[in-house]
Amino acid sequence: MKNTLKTLLALVVVITTSAFTVGTGYDIGDIATDFELENIDGNMVSMADYKDAKGFIVVFTCNTCPYAVAYEDRVEALNKKYADKGYPVIAIMPNNTDVKPGDNMEAMQARAKAKGFTFPYLMDKGQKIYPQYGATKTPHVYILQKTTKGPQVKYIGAIDDNYQDASAVTKTYVEDAVNALLEGKEVKETKTRAIGCSIKV
Amino acid sequence: MKLRIAIIALLFFCFGNVTAQSTTSVEQKVSAASTALKVFNFNELEAYFKTKDANKTFVINFWATWCAPCVKELPYFEALNAKYSNKNVEVILVSLDFPKQIESKLIPFLDKHGLQSEVVVLNDVDSNTWIPKVNKNWSGAIPATIIYNENKTAFYERSFNFKELETEIKQFLK
Repeated sequence: MKNTLKTLLALVVVITTSAFTVGTGYDIGDIATDFELENIDGNMVSMADYKDAKGFIVVFTCNTCPYAVAYEDRVEALNKKYADKGYPVIAIMPNNTDVKPGDNMEAMQARAKAKGFTFPYLMDKGQKIYPQYGATKTPHVYILQKTTKGPQVKYIGAIDDNYQDASAVTKTYVEDAVNALLEGKEVKETKTRAIGCSIKV
Repeated sequence: MKLRIAIIALLFFCFGNVTAQSTTSVEQKVSAASTALKVFNFNELEAYFKTKDANKTFVINFWATWCAPCVKELPYFEALNAKYSNKNVEVILVSLDFPKQIESKLIPFLDKHGLQSEVVVLNDVDSNTWIPKVNKNWSGAIPATIIYNENKTAFYERSFNFKELETEIKQFLK
């Protein structure tokens, strides 16, 4: 009887955890959980560290995806533009580095140095965070706004509408969303889609 | 005076014509090198698919040479195309390689691997518009595959091995 109960309990745990990991993730309005992840400088970074922030531009990105690389300068520009206004960029590298050694901590450090990243570039060690967010690819952006309940998801999707040519962009989705939040307005376009590299598990 | 203008006009016409011809020949050389690889925006791609035999079952795989899991599963799509072509199945590989890498990466890749399935390039930056048209559940990650025929459509944002592909295609050939 005790064993049956144990098995049953184990089964419940398995079902519950799989239900949480299989591609659900956050929707607009959900409260995002904080994380504590290692930055390229060796320090641990959490959203809670940012006392003065109004919110965050969380970008799941990596070194090895051409789409992510195409957006590196634009992510840096977002941080330069919005960190002081209260919406800093936090970049999280979600790939399994056994599958993609080009995304390991040393490679992340080298890339950040070469590109002069001024935002934290965190390793999702153990790949625990990206499934909670529901990120499926790089780059994949989540804009969060601090509320009394916690960081609330306000935007999910692409950075803009032209991965090939920054100068030919016509819709700046992320900027539009952050601008709206800064002005106390609702985000008009809350979800967009772009091609990206599947996160490597 | 009139004659002079006429001569200049004539010269200009000839010269213009020559330029036009030389441009054409350059274009021909490029397309010969790319073995007539078709590059479409999304509307053109949709229109192209509509020209295909509606009685067939189509397996459309979105991939790129820089996408490791995509490249890994290409042989399974090739094998599927070979094994099921007599059962009215057609595999089409839609490359999302960047336009500037078509000549430098994609064509050398196609030459090296001798892919037998049809390869077309989709070059359309407005992915927020066309991704939901492929499937409303597609986040945009590749590899991604859509299988469809007159009766049925299924979308997969995942990788395949050959056995898994066969299992899926059999659902369409009942």
